[in-house]
Amino acid sequence: MYVAVKGGEAAIANAHRLLAHVRRGDPAVPELGLEQIAEQLALAVDRVMTEGSLYDRELAALALKQARGDLVEAVFLLRACRTTLPRFGHSAPLDTGRMAVRRRISATYKDLPGGQVLGPTFDYTHRLLDFTLAAGLPPPPPAEAPAEPDAPMPRVTDLLADESLIEPSPPEQPGAPVGDLTREPVSYPTGRDTRLQALARGDEGFVLALGYSTQRGYGRTHPFVGEIRAGAVMLEFVPEELGFPVPLGRIALTECQMVTQFKGSGERPPQFTRGYGLAFGGCERKAMAMALVDRSLRARELGEEATAPAQDEEFVLAHCDSLQATGFVEHLKLPHHVDFQAELELVRRLRAEHAARQAATPPMLQEAAE
Amino acid sequence: MTAMSTRGFARLASGAAGTNFGYLDEQTKRMIRRAILKAVAIPGYQVPFASREMPMPYGWGTGGVQVTAAVLGPADVLKVIDQGSDDTTNAVSIRQFFARTSGIATTTSTAAASVIQTRHRIPEHRLKEGQVLVYQVPIPEPLRFLEPRETETRRMHALSEYGLMHVKLYEDIARHGHIATTYAYPVQVAGRYVMDPSPTPKFDNPKMDDCPALQLFGAGRERRIYAVPPYTRVRSLEFEDHPFTVQRFDRPCALCGAADTYLDEVVTDDRGGRIFVCSDTDHCEERRAAGHRGEAA
Amino acid sequence: MTPLLSARGLTKLYPGGRGCREVSLELDAGEVLAVVGESGSGKSTLLSLLATELAADAGRIDYRLRDGTVRDLLVLGEAERRLLLRTDWGFIRQDATQGLRMAVSAGGNVGERLMAVGARHYGNIREAARDWLERVEIAPARMDDSPRGFSGGMRQRLQIARNLVTQPRLVLMDEPTSGLDVSVQARLLDLIRGLVAELGLAVVIVTHDLAVARLLSHRILVMKDGRVIESGLTDQVLDDPAAPYTQLLVSSVLAA
Repeated sequence: MYVAVKGGEAAIANAHRLLAHVRRGDPAVPELGLEQIAEQLALAVDRVMTEGSLYDRELAALALKQARGDLVEAVFLLRACRTTLPRFGHSAPLDTGRMAVRRRISATYKDLPGGQVLGPTFDYTHRLLDFTLAAGLPPPPPAEAPAEPDAPMPRVTDLLADESLIEPSPPEQPGAPVGDLTREPVSYPTGRDTRLQALARGDEGFVLALGYSTQRGYGRTHPFVGEIRAGAVMLEFVPEELGFPVPLGRIALTECQMVTQFKGSGERPPQFTRGYGLAFGGCERKAMAMALVDRSLRARELGEEATAPAQDEEFVLAHCDSLQATGFVEHLKLPHHVDFQAELELVRRLRAEHAARQAATPPMLQEAAE
Repeated sequence: MTAMSTRGFARLASGAAGTNFGYLDEQTKRMIRRAILKAVAIPGYQVPFASREMPMPYGWGTGGVQVTAAVLGPADVLKVIDQGSDDTTNAVSIRQFFARTSGIATTTSTAAASVIQTRHRIPEHRLKEGQVLVYQVPIPEPLRFLEPRETETRRMHALSEYGLMHVKLYEDIARHGHIATTYAYPVQVAGRYVMDPSPTPKFDNPKMDDCPALQLFGAGRERRIYAVPPYTRVRSLEFEDHPFTVQRFDRPCALCGAADTYLDEVVTDDRGGRIFVCSDTDHCEERRAAGHRGEAA
Repeated sequence: MTPLLSARGLTKLYPGGRGCREVSLELDAGEVLAVVGESGSGKSTLLSLLATELAADAGRIDYRLRDGTVRDLLVLGEAERRLLLRTDWGFIRQDATQGLRMAVSAGGNVGERLMAVGARHYGNIREAARDWLERVEIAPARMDDSPRGFSGGMRQRLQIARNLVTQPRLVLMDEPTSGLDVSVQARLLDLIRGLVAELGLAVVIVTHDLAVARLLSHRILVMKDGRVIESGLTDQVLDDPAAPYTQLLVSSVLAA
């Protein structure tokens, strides 16, 4: 006698117990602490915070540990946690001009006020595996420079804006609503605020590939890195009942401003245009790619012909989110046997009809038809 | 103990009990209920809603789960099915999720449930007034594979430009002699909006028509909710000279002997042996409890 | 009698200055108007503006509906405008892959407009499709084939059938014969000329080929740098061009 499958409940529970066991690995190896992850896998934590839309190093470290180092899974955990948090409002606009800068480079000027500051970067390292690191040897202490706490470090785009060589930053609109795609459904065409949010949350690999595609001619924008700056910025919030900004603390950010070409139109004189990228922590690659794609997505606004994928707002926004993508790809693992049954029945019927037609056709005609 | 882990333990202490009834906060539920009300008011129209990121993956029922969470009350009795069965892993997982986050009663009986969340099937048992059937929807847009752009498909709906749907059916008939769409077969609701019934087999389409229960559809990843209010006309698209027909199986269920249900094909050995059994496991069990027997029982 | 179509001051400029400036034209029922010029002269922009596929920076397009009322297409509601475009208008594109649904059979391509206006009888739709395929000289046996397997000339003829099945009064054509062999061109032009006369179609045809303009059109517009520089009866303009640029165009054809 046939008995239908049962016991999904026990199977799921057992699978999760096994997962917990495998996650821990060999118990003879010391367990990872969250502080170790937050300190020593800092860029993974930064990426999980950026794509997870939640600035919390501890939770991001926990997510990474729980996800066994799978970044997309860690982003997932952080986002699910974020959903349960109340949203009080939005911060006052960040002033990255007042950033406590740890790294600041410009590709458009050899030297500029505040100077070029390399900071902690992989750039110019020779990518050789470092076996002293494998041996656990401590690094030499960092070099020090005299502190210049009040040295101004203006943004490169502000220098260009003084001459009107670059389009002005969009004017601040106090009181205007700020798009939030986690609270309002996106409808196309959407605003630049929502686009930037989507790109910041977007999968680094996807945004990187799109940015790269613009460099290879699919929506070319002739970009220059006006400036990349990374460091800590004060976050301020204006509680309605107080009416003035209250500092909430500092967050680490990387900002990239791309300076791109624009030929001008009937109404607008030729002028450089901007592409903007911003990410938590040290996600520099992400900030750069985001700035490229942001600029490409402005094609329509700037009256440019939009033909490339990176210029297609609906395509980019609908596909950049790693959770949406991974969920829908992975849902193919779920049982689909009901639909498959319907297709089986159809294919069998079509094959039978085909065979019947073949049988009904005299052999002579069959040959002629071939 | 460091500051960091102290904070962690504080969170641990608040634990799972810290989440609201049905997981979502009340503000979110109100937002979803507003979308549901709008959907009920405009049958078949896809209402955009601010889908939340749920603790389960997109494509695994996040839309259905949010709709269910928004309509569940403490007195509700929930049934969850996937492929018609209460025992498939995803159905079990979602049922556990609600049992854990809301503490409400769950059931596998269609008749006993007040809310039924489903993926890919409509129960065989005729639904009754007061019941809510919540569908999990992967791609809510019936025009999506004819026209990939949201901006364009919304315009097509607004202007009732549905000719393209019939072109697809025309092509089926021209090629195969009959319509070859077997699941997610498009329907027109209340004479206006063309709607995707979710990937249910077209066998289930007639159950949607004039149904006494409220039918709600949630698409989490695509952020859409739509609805068919009770006793609403739901017509499967067809041509006058090629009317809509459903699948018929040429044998009854091997377990309960039912001849009018949708069947799963179960491969029993590697020599071509297979039997056909009801996909709706609850319905099959009820029939067997009532003494019905198929050839393999 | 008011003209069927009347455009006034149509302007659309792209960055860099290309486009179409202050173009006005009129078209009566049953009349064929050719728009000629080199590539970049703005003639294709003009056609896209007339088809309301491009938003004009300025101008208006008045069209006389079947009930005699005249409406500005640029302020017409979208539902009305789209219905008009798929029933009373046709658009034959240079690139047939843009004007056809390449994944849909020839019969489906012809039937689409009928289904779009509510035809729901498969047999009747098929009958109409068969009839139109015959009228454009495509064998009914090819009805269930994809246009991917069709030659360039067949694809253009299929586009014509697909557009004419709803019996439109106005058809826009964008270089319908370019890229085809000379003999195929001749056959297609012959077919178009026959259908235009038989159905009393009004046509705006954009072409760089003065021979096509001479064969099909009653009147002609010559465009250069986005502006109309000369217009009049086709034979008059081509035989006795007034503008130096038109003289150059005509003489270069003769020389070639």
